[in-house]
Amino acid sequence: MTEMILTQRMTAHPSDSHTLSRYLDTGGYTALTKALDNMSEEEIVEEVKASNMRGRGGAGFPTGVKWGFLAPAQPRYLVVNCDESEPGTFNDRQLTERDPHQLLEGIIISSYALGVSHAFVYIRGEYPKAARRLQRAVDEAYEAGYLGEHIRGSEFSLDVTLHLGGGAYICGEETALLNSLEGKRGEPRLKPPFPAVEGLYAKPTIVNNVESISNIPWITANGGAAYASIGPERSAGTKMLSMSGHIRKPGNYEIVMGMTWRELIYEIGGGITDGKALKAWIPGGASSPWFVPDEHLDTLLTIDDVASNGSMVGAGAVIVMDETTNVVAAAHRLVRFFAHESCGQCTPCREGTSWMEAVLKRILDGNGRPEDIDLLLDISDNISPGLKWPPAMTTICPLGPSAVSPITSITRWFMPELEAIIAGSEVAVG
Amino acid sequence: MADKNTVSITINGVTHDVTPGQRLITAAEKVGEYIPRFCHHDKLEPVGKCRVCLVEVEGPRGTALMTSCTLPVSDGMVVHTTSEVVKKAQAGVLEFLLLNHPLDCPVCDKGGECPLQDQALAFGSGESRFIEEKRTYIKPMPVSDLVLLDRERCVLCDRCVRVADDIAGDPLIEFIDRGSHVQINTFPNEPFSSYFSGNTVQACPVGALTSVDYRFKARPWDLESVGSVSLVDSVHSTVDVHTSRGKILRVYGADNAAVNDGWLSDKDRFIFSAFQSSDRVTTPLIRDGEDFRSASWSEAIDLVASRLGSYVGNEVGAIGGANGTNEEAFALSKFMRVVMGSPHVDAQVGDGIDPHLAACVNPRATINDLDAAGTILVWGPDLKETLPVLYLRVRRAVLNGAALVVVSPFVTGLDSIATHVVRYRAGSGPEILRKLAHRDDAYQAVTQSLSNGPVVALVGRGSITENPDLAVAVAAFARALPDATLMPLLTRANIFGALDMGLAPTLLPGRASVGDKTSVSALEDAWGPLPDDSGKDAMAMLEALVDSDLRAVMLVGTDPIRDCPDPELAERALDAAEFILALDAYVTDSTSKADVILPVAVWGEVDGTATNLEGRVQRLHRSVQPLGRSMALSAALDSIALTMGSDLGASDWQLINKEISETAPAYAGMTADFLTFEVAEEGAIVPLPGASQPLGYIPVDMHVPVVTDRFTLHFAPSLYDAGILMSHSPVLRGLVATASVRLHPKDAAALTVTDGTSVSIGGHKLPVTLDGDVPERSVVLPHNHEATKAIAATQAVRVETQRGDA
Repeated sequence: MTEMILTQRMTAHPSDSHTLSRYLDTGGYTALTKALDNMSEEEIVEEVKASNMRGRGGAGFPTGVKWGFLAPAQPRYLVVNCDESEPGTFNDRQLTERDPHQLLEGIIISSYALGVSHAFVYIRGEYPKAARRLQRAVDEAYEAGYLGEHIRGSEFSLDVTLHLGGGAYICGEETALLNSLEGKRGEPRLKPPFPAVEGLYAKPTIVNNVESISNIPWITANGGAAYASIGPERSAGTKMLSMSGHIRKPGNYEIVMGMTWRELIYEIGGGITDGKALKAWIPGGASSPWFVPDEHLDTLLTIDDVASNGSMVGAGAVIVMDETTNVVAAAHRLVRFFAHESCGQCTPCREGTSWMEAVLKRILDGNGRPEDIDLLLDISDNISPGLKWPPAMTTICPLGPSAVSPITSITRWFMPELEAIIAGSEVAVG
Repeated sequence: MADKNTVSITINGVTHDVTPGQRLITAAEKVGEYIPRFCHHDKLEPVGKCRVCLVEVEGPRGTALMTSCTLPVSDGMVVHTTSEVVKKAQAGVLEFLLLNHPLDCPVCDKGGECPLQDQALAFGSGESRFIEEKRTYIKPMPVSDLVLLDRERCVLCDRCVRVADDIAGDPLIEFIDRGSHVQINTFPNEPFSSYFSGNTVQACPVGALTSVDYRFKARPWDLESVGSVSLVDSVHSTVDVHTSRGKILRVYGADNAAVNDGWLSDKDRFIFSAFQSSDRVTTPLIRDGEDFRSASWSEAIDLVASRLGSYVGNEVGAIGGANGTNEEAFALSKFMRVVMGSPHVDAQVGDGIDPHLAACVNPRATINDLDAAGTILVWGPDLKETLPVLYLRVRRAVLNGAALVVVSPFVTGLDSIATHVVRYRAGSGPEILRKLAHRDDAYQAVTQSLSNGPVVALVGRGSITENPDLAVAVAAFARALPDATLMPLLTRANIFGALDMGLAPTLLPGRASVGDKTSVSALEDAWGPLPDDSGKDAMAMLEALVDSDLRAVMLVGTDPIRDCPDPELAERALDAAEFILALDAYVTDSTSKADVILPVAVWGEVDGTATNLEGRVQRLHRSVQPLGRSMALSAALDSIALTMGSDLGASDWQLINKEISETAPAYAGMTADFLTFEVAEEGAIVPLPGASQPLGYIPVDMHVPVVTDRFTLHFAPSLYDAGILMSHSPVLRGLVATASVRLHPKDAAALTVTDGTSVSIGGHKLPVTLDGDVPERSVVLPHNHEATKAIAATQAVRVETQRGDA
């Protein structure tokens, strides 16, 4: 790893990287001072645009461009999405637990740049430690004058409020998150209007992911051009990846994109557990279509290369499956997750995901029928017409189409195995 | 390119000019392209949840599926509603919706009028591929006393939630759980007790929500539908009355944008059960000692004619007449003035306001004026409890931006959305009015709001205890506000129609004054000489009965012992009367004292017209035959008149209707034919252009004394009271709340009483409820309740504890 932006401090000072004192003596809050003293709001936005950073929450939309959409009305809000719930992702957790002040400094600079005086962090309820540490950081920051009225003697004032979610995956979808934050049911909103025009409490709102915001201090300190110079042009900067599954060295890695998947899995990840063969991997979290070794090991790990191969880098969750994996069971497990997490407001997702789950369960229970394969694909098609990538959808939000990814993955890459299970023959796995 | 007022859209290759601002689903329907829908409802905000209205819309990045219920039309939009992709998506959604549906259409009330059935047939695939186990729930689940929920049939369209939350302001039903376990439910220990709950049943696109009274009663194809008007209160919501085999089975709200906009109160919707009560009087009854005996119409009419004929005209009075049609009221007005020669008529029972203010105030507001109001002033009865559909309209106007000022001695249903609430101790209204009129500093913000016109002022009597002159003074104040229009508030059925037909001692038919010589002589040209004396109002009639100045009285659908402010006076008056003729459908405290009760037909059993609180005349249609031997009031009066040797000309409602349009100035041109053929949809406001309203009443400030006794009484109205219809409605009568005396905690402490302790008011013991919303030194009682009905409605009141007086 040649470059480290986000994990430098936690790597060097694993025991106390989360404290204000350590943050300060490793250069913390100097970017904020620079921003407040020497930079206008517009200059910061320009630097973020120049950084070419694409949002780290999954959709990969350039953060600076998103900021440019913020409507002029006041009040306006910044909401940081720390509802990291995609199976296989755990990098926001580490960034929040291990370097909460870096996130906070990013929030303060971003709020200054966006003209926000009240920012919110929505943390998933299952992250109590992250919430505790971030709350302590917020308290320390108020104490030290980095939050509150007239920050560091400037005209800029900011309050930060932490909110713990109730354990719903869908609240990671930005508009469901806003509803939840407002005390409503966590259901995605119809778009338009987009949050930048009508978001939290119907006011202009920027919703950014923890990793995106954690990059802001570095970009402010070193300039957008420096960030843009790291890695491929359209996948600039570093990316946090959470690697899990049948891999020797699971964990979070801050990488520069542009390497091949082979390098990632076999060099950085140390290869497959117990020397087994790689069967498939999920490149960008549970909702992304799977990759398989014959096709994708030499595909480049960039946002665009992964997309043109029919999947996504997403929030950076790489789940590795070895040759012993029953892929139908794996698909069932994923679909079951989405069926369980469907908010239930729109018909195709509410009914379709649980139907697919039931069919897969029946197949695994030994009661599959040959026509179930076409049935699964047609249910999928009624949720995500044409089974294209990026997906079309009959639903309000992409959760429904996410449940389609495991189905199309196994029918595309592992049809014989699926047919064998339905036929009731011994499945040659492993 | 279409002109400025339209945009051009292309649907399935055909270009249409449509109105901008509307949603694609609506625009398409208007040009004949029906797109299936469940969650879409014309009166509700779009949610895009059911997804069955997906269509293909061409865009810069190709064709995309979009929900037509959420998509505003825009110029140049190119849409495909019948492409293979659309058909598959819609059929897919319908299949999803039917996966867990019980398919119990043969026993479902909705079967035959069910959008799920109809659209599955038109847009679905015809067979199910679902072989898994269906989702099951315990059913039906009562969500309130009136509404039952079958969660298996529910398609989770969100209509009921939006009706309850957005339309009624009662957010008492919600989705719970998630994914395929999402279901509609109420909050724990909090039933869906809303005055508007029945609207959810009507809005439900499947058989998930059913009402307790209609469940399993009929199949839709056996129902006949007749358009009519609800006479539960003076708003006159437009309705469709559904009957089968001569019986009313269901009342639905009809879409009249000028009045109820499709919505009804539960009282509008469910009260008809009272008219089917076995307690109805169905044959003429003649007094027989302590009891009544049934009699034939001819015997009863002969008796009545001979008794009434034995009095000099001004010895007879008539109280009531507000429950029926304009034609019935007109017949009563003419019967008294022409056949009896008596000026003593009053459709109010001492519980109302100056009839000039009610019938003739100028300028008068329409309900739709609320939508354009800058500020709405409500100083009168609690609208939610008395005129619930008007409450909905005020609520909607306020949510759309109008300021609202509520002035009331007690909490009202509108307080929570009011811009300003002015609370005053019952009896001190005149003082508040003086302060507002003098722009007292304490009310600066209120004065500021009231200066933002157009002001629509809804003015009435907040409680039967309140001095009726206060409403006149308030109206005089409100009329001077910027661009003010006034809506007088009376609540009873067709009271405005009755006053317009001259059922007031000071009014002649058509909003003419008895003091106006021109009007009198015009009417005498048609009717012959009118009585010379000035008439007595209901309270004066009751006093005159006690004093024997009045010897006989006709009670026309009224129960003075229950309704007038002085029940004891009413009782003495009726005991003193030599002859009482009751024209009623029920035996009540008052009619039980009658010598003869003639059974009159009720709502649903008569044809005619009625006039609401904005002066809107609408057509009522008979949907069933009168019960038993009941007869329309006008026909009964016509028979009496004939036997007495006079021709009332009231044998047929259409004859009367014609006579009204010829002799009642404000009603010139307002014929049944006009209503039926010209503007039948919304009715029409009188006077029509070209017609005159002889009396343009302008309220003047009056001196109203402030009551300063230790305790003052406010009778709070309740929608579910012990009124005669409520008491006879098996569906609604269980909903009456228990009665208590509401006291401010400070007063309770001074009286050393607490929650639940009994105190005595006017000799009637009631439990105490402490309530910080009651102004100090004031007492609030439920109006028209079994436990309070005998308490005189005086402003000053004594509260007695067991230890002594206070």
